[in-house]
Amino acid sequence: MPLAPAITDLEQLREHPALARLLAASVAVEGAKFDRDEMTIYVYRSSIRDACVLLRDDPGCPFNFLSDVTCVDWYPQEPRFEVVYHLLSIPKKERVRLKVRLNSGSPAVESVTPLWPAANFFEREVYDLFGVRFNGHPYLRRLLMPEDWEGHPLRKDYPVEGYR
Amino acid sequence: MAHMNPIASLEPGQDRTMILNMGPQHPSTHGVLRVILEIDGETVVRIMPDIGYLHTGIEKTCEAKFYQQVVPLTDRIDYLCPLTNNLCYVLAVEKLLGLEIPPKAQWMRVLMNELTRINSHLVWLGTHAMDIGALTVFLYCFREREDILRMFEMVSGQRMMTSYFRVGGLALEPPLGFFDYVREFANRFPAKVDEYENLLTGNPIWGMRTKGVARITAEDAIALGASGPTLRGSGVDIDLRRDMPYSGYEKFRFKVPVSQDGDVFARYICRVQELRESIGIVQQALDGMPEGPIKADAPKVVLPDREKMKTQMEALIYHFKIITEGFAVPAGEVYQAVESPRGEMGYYVVSDGTAKPYRVHMRSACLANLQLLSKMCEGRLIADVVAAIGSIDIVLGEIDR
Repeated sequence: MPLAPAITDLEQLREHPALARLLAASVAVEGAKFDRDEMTIYVYRSSIRDACVLLRDDPGCPFNFLSDVTCVDWYPQEPRFEVVYHLLSIPKKERVRLKVRLNSGSPAVESVTPLWPAANFFEREVYDLFGVRFNGHPYLRRLLMPEDWEGHPLRKDYPVEGYR
Repeated sequence: MAHMNPIASLEPGQDRTMILNMGPQHPSTHGVLRVILEIDGETVVRIMPDIGYLHTGIEKTCEAKFYQQVVPLTDRIDYLCPLTNNLCYVLAVEKLLGLEIPPKAQWMRVLMNELTRINSHLVWLGTHAMDIGALTVFLYCFREREDILRMFEMVSGQRMMTSYFRVGGLALEPPLGFFDYVREFANRFPAKVDEYENLLTGNPIWGMRTKGVARITAEDAIALGASGPTLRGSGVDIDLRRDMPYSGYEKFRFKVPVSQDGDVFARYICRVQELRESIGIVQQALDGMPEGPIKADAPKVVLPDREKMKTQMEALIYHFKIITEGFAVPAGEVYQAVESPRGEMGYYVVSDGTAKPYRVHMRSACLANLQLLSKMCEGRLIADVVAAIGSIDIVLGEIDR
């Protein structure tokens, strides 16, 4: 089963329902990728909440379930952080992945906790381990590491053994 | 520690309420969960879970290991269903590689995965009942669990940390007599489920402690990210095995138990029925077990047979290269979700084209399910908190990672 090459051309992917929905509402979409049967949509930082509302309340294929929020650190490249949202449509059994790229300065993005309370712990975990801030989060504190911990362990410039 | 937690630092609210710590060493919190309660007499006003006591940085460790070395780490995330975690991880890596898995390996994976589900549900049932005060069930459940652990030991040599699924197939051929042993177990197990149900389902004390307790609506459960039996107990009919099948689940016939009530009893009923469905899948897997190889034909990824290594130069070279350099995985990313006994277990694996994963993230079903606790318990009695914690079936290893 050889791998099909990833499709990254926005024009070719226009038909995908989630992307079509976002483009129709003129949400600022940065790009898209279809790879290994999985759809990824890159959204500009300012429009992540709009994109989530649109997809959640889409009458045709409501992505009503937030599976996961996580982050990938591409240090030393810029934009350094990719915040990754995995949405699931329970009625249609479809998945879509949203991504927001953030620069290393002081990375911050709008929280989606007001849309899905499920994001509460996920975003706290990302804040804890990557240092990405979520504006509008009701209780943005460390989740797993001790409260007085210094640094964000899952960043790539943080050594695996930790600082001693 | 007042600064650590605003609830703990609250002026105990308006003279009436006080703060109570439950855990992290409380036996009913299933490990090292700390629950901070603000109580007014016996009534819970506010509840906040405090986690992280078991955080071991597994996601960070994964980034420093070769792809095949991550498999044993996945066992240690959720120590009650190691094989489900193995499965989810290897499926994600196989999807990244574009590997095709031979049918026998797929069926063995389904078989072992369902046995794992039974194992996990048995531990849940025993400890949940014990929390609420029915001690006997625990002893019955652990009697059957012992048989399942013996099966794990037969195939992998380990009772708990199995690492039996590998990228590209299985670690070993199942030993002689294994299928007979499983079949014998599968034949007598339904009667054992009747036994548990005799102790609990019709029991009036059990009913009083669980019916109408810790209710959650379908909307709340979806919004809070619940999955698995916790979500199905609230009437949402989704099971990834049936709806988004993986590893050949589409070839098996089973029912997905759903209950509308959304209380502790509904979640109990869903899981007990799942025990019966799982043993049905085990029977089907035994009946239809295909013949053939247990590893994919991919010499650069799958370790060669020991025999071949002693006779063939290429096999020896491949073995040496896989062990010392790992295998490169084409760049890309995959989110693979499976239905674990607790809900949607997801592995998000990012590859940058090298032999080590760039990022491995585990979507933990328990972490999301734990967020239901405040919706379930606020305004109810402290004793109900214990029932609620038991009913969402959490494993702290998976929550903290």
